[in-house]
Order: sequence, then C-alpha cells, then structure tokens
Amino acid sequence: MKAIPINTYNSPNVISDLIFQLKVKDVMNSSPISIGPDATLRQVQYLMKEQKITGVPIVQNGHLLGIVSVDDIITALDYGTIEEKVYQHMTRNLILLQDDMPVSFAISYFDKFKFHRFPVLNKQKELVGMVTSRDITGKLLVELNKTLESLEQQNIDTNLKSTINRVQSFSIKQKDFESAGYASTQIKKLLKSSGINPKIIRRVSVACYELEMNIVVHSFGGEIIAEFSPEAVEITAKDYGPGIKDTALALQKDWSTADEWTRSLGFGAGMGLPNVQNASDEFHISSSEKGTEVISKIYLNQEVTK
Amino acid sequence: MKVTDISRLGYKAETPVTENNVIAAYTGDLLSDVMGNAPDDSVLITIQAHKNTVAVATLAGIQAIVICNGRAVPDDMKEAAEKERVTIFTTKENQFEVSVKISQLLK
Repeated sequence: MKAIPINTYNSPNVISDLIFQLKVKDVMNSSPISIGPDATLRQVQYLMKEQKITGVPIVQNGHLLGIVSVDDIITALDYGTIEEKVYQHMTRNLILLQDDMPVSFAISYFDKFKFHRFPVLNKQKELVGMVTSRDITGKLLVELNKTLESLEQQNIDTNLKSTINRVQSFSIKQKDFESAGYASTQIKKLLKSSGINPKIIRRVSVACYELEMNIVVHSFGGEIIAEFSPEAVEITAKDYGPGIKDTALALQKDWSTADEWTRSLGFGAGMGLPNVQNASDEFHISSSEKGTEVISKIYLNQEVTK
Repeated sequence: MKVTDISRLGYKAETPVTENNVIAAYTGDLLSDVMGNAPDDSVLITIQAHKNTVAVATLAGIQAIVICNGRAVPDDMKEAAEKERVTIFTTKENQFEVSVKISQLLK
C-alpha cells in the first residue's frame, strides 16, 4: 500500500487544491527533537524511548548532518556498536524537503522513497522540521473536515434558497383515510432533499401528519399549507368546520371525540394536538363553527432540538 | 442489524425485503403514539394492517413493519410500502412474542 493513499495528479478537486495549497511547513513537526553528532547511539536509543519517536536528526549549529532511525539502532544493537558515536553510524545520504514545497511533493516523496520521515530545511539550509506520513494524513483530515463542513453549509444554503418563500398547499378530504399522510410525506421529502437536520424533519413530520389526520378524522375537509423560509417551516391546517367547541379541552392529552371506526384504525386517542404542540416552536389554534385553523411553526436552524 | 435479518424469524415477507439498517423496535397499535415515539430506523410491531401504518412508518423513519396475529395485509398497503421501501412481514404470533424475538435479534 502507498504510504499516503492519495493520488497527486487526478484526485477530486478538493483534495488537489488542498495538497497544492498546503505547504510542507504547514504539516511538519516544527520542533523536532535532535541530538549532536558526538552523542552515542545508546543516548539516541534512550531519547527515542523517552520521546516515543522513531527517527532523530543529527544537528550541528542548526545544520543537518544525518538521521538515526530505529533501524540504525537495531543494527547497532546487533553489531555491538550501540555505545559508539552517532556520526560514525548515522544515515548521511538524505532525501530532503524544503519548507515551502507543496504537500503534494511530500506525498510523492513518501511513495518514491521508502523512508518513514523526511527532514525539512529552509532556504538557508537549516533544519526547521521533520515530516512523517502521519503528520500529513492528520493535517489533511483536519483540513478536509473544514472544507467538507463549509461545502455542506453551502449546499444547505443553496438548497434552502431554492425553497425560500415556497408555499405548498394540499387539499384534504373528509374521512379520506386512503390518501391521509400524502401532504406530510411530500413535505418531508422536500425538507430531506434540502439537507435539513433529521431531528427537525421528524418534528415537522409529526406536526404535519397529526394536523392532516385531524382534518381527515374530524372536519368537513380542509387544507394543509406549508410555507418554507430559510429560518422555519410553518404548517397551517385549515378546515371548513364544524369547529372545536373547547380548544383548551382539545389540547388536553387523551381527550378525544373520535368515533369507534377511527379508533380501530389506531387514531383518535387524544394525542394529536398535544403531539403537534410538543413538536412546534410556535403554536396557535383558533376555532369557530366555520372552521378551525392551527398554525405550527418549527425553526430550521437550532442547536437545541426538542 | 438489517431488515433482512428479520426474515430469519420465519415471518412472511409481503413486500421486497430491503437491506436497510434497523437499530431499534417499537411495539404499538396506537398510531399517534407510534408517530410521536417510535425511534428512527426501527421496526414497528403492530396489528394495524392498513395503508395509514405505512404513512406513519415513512414519516417516523420506520424501516419495517411486522403485522401480528395473522392479520391480512391489503394490497394498497403493500403497494404503498413498496413505493416507500418499507418492508412488511406477517406472522401468526402476537405482538409480545414478536417483540421478544426482535429484541433478541437486536442484542
């Protein structure tokens, strides 16, 4: 497998942009632990263990002389040279990166050369950092997260714009259990395609469906009107009568005037309006013999969901 | 688990069985209660064999319905379920027996 499984020449645009824009200095460890050439390999071994690192650059006066890796330490233990000085055994033939190279360079270096880390030099040829494949993948993930988040946000914004001020209305017939739920399902689909938070969609669905069922079960017929704005969905349920005698009572849990048949279908248990009220951020009801109007408003952008 | 796992209980699939994920279950015949309380991605265990159950399922995010006590599923219910990709199973067992078995599956 590649050290960094990213294709540097034909990745998706988001990735290509990132690996060209990010510089080696953005991803490198800029305070690498180094040691002088006169230290012993044993000291390097302890340093590695202490700092939990697998490669140590050998530096004199800011200039890089070589690297000692875990492999070098194992070899030294094998050959009994662990107490000798590092300059006798360090790897001198180094592949270097420059701090203002794009990350794409580093990625292709990891693929081309089988090293686990590269030293990074500045223009003055001083050691300014070390880069491992882990540094790169870690930083890339962080940047990708940011990019995806802003893409998602853009997506929601554009989708919402297309539904701004959009009003949909559905006519609901009396006792039409057959098509009950149609309006709610359509509204739910619209919200889903706009990328709204599922918890909020669920609340809109509950409110809308209960209102729709109420028109079917209790009224002479009516309509469901859904009004979308970037801030909220407002569901208005209007019917043509006969009206609710006591709206306070109707809002009480378990209060029901539904007939036996409606109850046998699993409705009419006096939970409808309380369910709507629970799901709504704003709720209004008014009723007369000429009809009932219920308005349920649910905000789309809220951190706290009910 | 997936909806297909419910087939292992020997219940009859009345509609094409989806590969959708199921992470919870809810038992109830009162659809307003189901609507308000059934969790997302759940299986509904009920005796309500009519089209409105599918509407509730779709709105509440229910992936599968197990119709108990050998109740027959009308064609318009099957059609609606197929359209909304909700899987319907039927069984002679009652809601309690089915709930116990599904709870085992969910463990």
